[in-house]
Amino acid sequence: MAINRDLVGREYRSPQPYEVTRGKIREFAEAIGDTSPVYTDTATARSHGYPDVIAPPTFPVIMGMEGMSQAVVDPELGLDFSMVVHGDQSFAYRRPLHAGDVVETVTRVASVSALGGNELLTLESEMRTVEGEHVVTAVNMLVVRGGAAAGAPAASTAAAQEGSAV
Amino acid sequence: MTAAIAYSDVEVGTEIPERAFPVRRVDLVRYAGASGDFNPIHWSERTAKSVGLPNVIAHGMFTMAQAGRLVTDWAGDPGALVEYKVRFSAPVVVPDDDTGAEVTVSGVVKEKLDGNRVRIALTARSGGAKVLARSTAVVRLA
Repeated sequence: MAINRDLVGREYRSPQPYEVTRGKIREFAEAIGDTSPVYTDTATARSHGYPDVIAPPTFPVIMGMEGMSQAVVDPELGLDFSMVVHGDQSFAYRRPLHAGDVVETVTRVASVSALGGNELLTLESEMRTVEGEHVVTAVNMLVVRGGAAAGAPAASTAAAQEGSAV
Repeated sequence: MTAAIAYSDVEVGTEIPERAFPVRRVDLVRYAGASGDFNPIHWSERTAKSVGLPNVIAHGMFTMAQAGRLVTDWAGDPGALVEYKVRFSAPVVVPDDDTGAEVTVSGVVKEKLDGNRVRIALTARSGGAKVLARSTAVVRLA
């Protein structure tokens, strides 16, 4: 199914602000195997100049997933999540996220294009505190693999051809 | 922000020692829960194969997190990372056994920027394939 080009510019807002907590930071750091004490020990975080424990650099993926979840179920967009692999991802930080931040995320459909038999969907998520301070912008390019079940090349082959896809 | 590495101690070409990170199915299950990314291609072999993948593949974001650890552990402060972008050039295929897959990450300083920042080029490989290409991190050093 083709992604609807008319939706470029559509925005998905987080239904409610996301509260960054010490417990969630600890869980995420454990899941990625990162033992840095600035994620778990408030005293260490403060000695580095932070108001509380900070979140790992890829932590905003959690808020990004909230936006993507809305895109996935948007019938007008036409996204088949099981055909999606991640093409590329970036984060640009003003400052690290820390426990206590309450963040609102606006995810915008930045572009849709075709490459070979695949489609590329770029989502840009801007994350601000409820006080209006910009913290981080995450850009997420998704590869929607076309027709793999109908005999198109598997992702690994497609990736080698196009230099992009996971 | 208090990086352990000084800007003046780093030159273009400075290498960050290579590290290997294991990726097992249990790591993907745990990551799915922590991140909220429950795409079945990261845990269901049946689904992965039905959409033309060789097997269950790791979340790209899990691989990105591992590669980021190379930089943040080196810098000594994860908060020193100001910009981080990766391109997923091939999937990390994770077999259903106790060993799983391995991602090997290396980095080299490509550019010294103003404000004590440096740009680091990152490469990650798994199973003979380059899984991260054209990937960079900008980190603010002491």
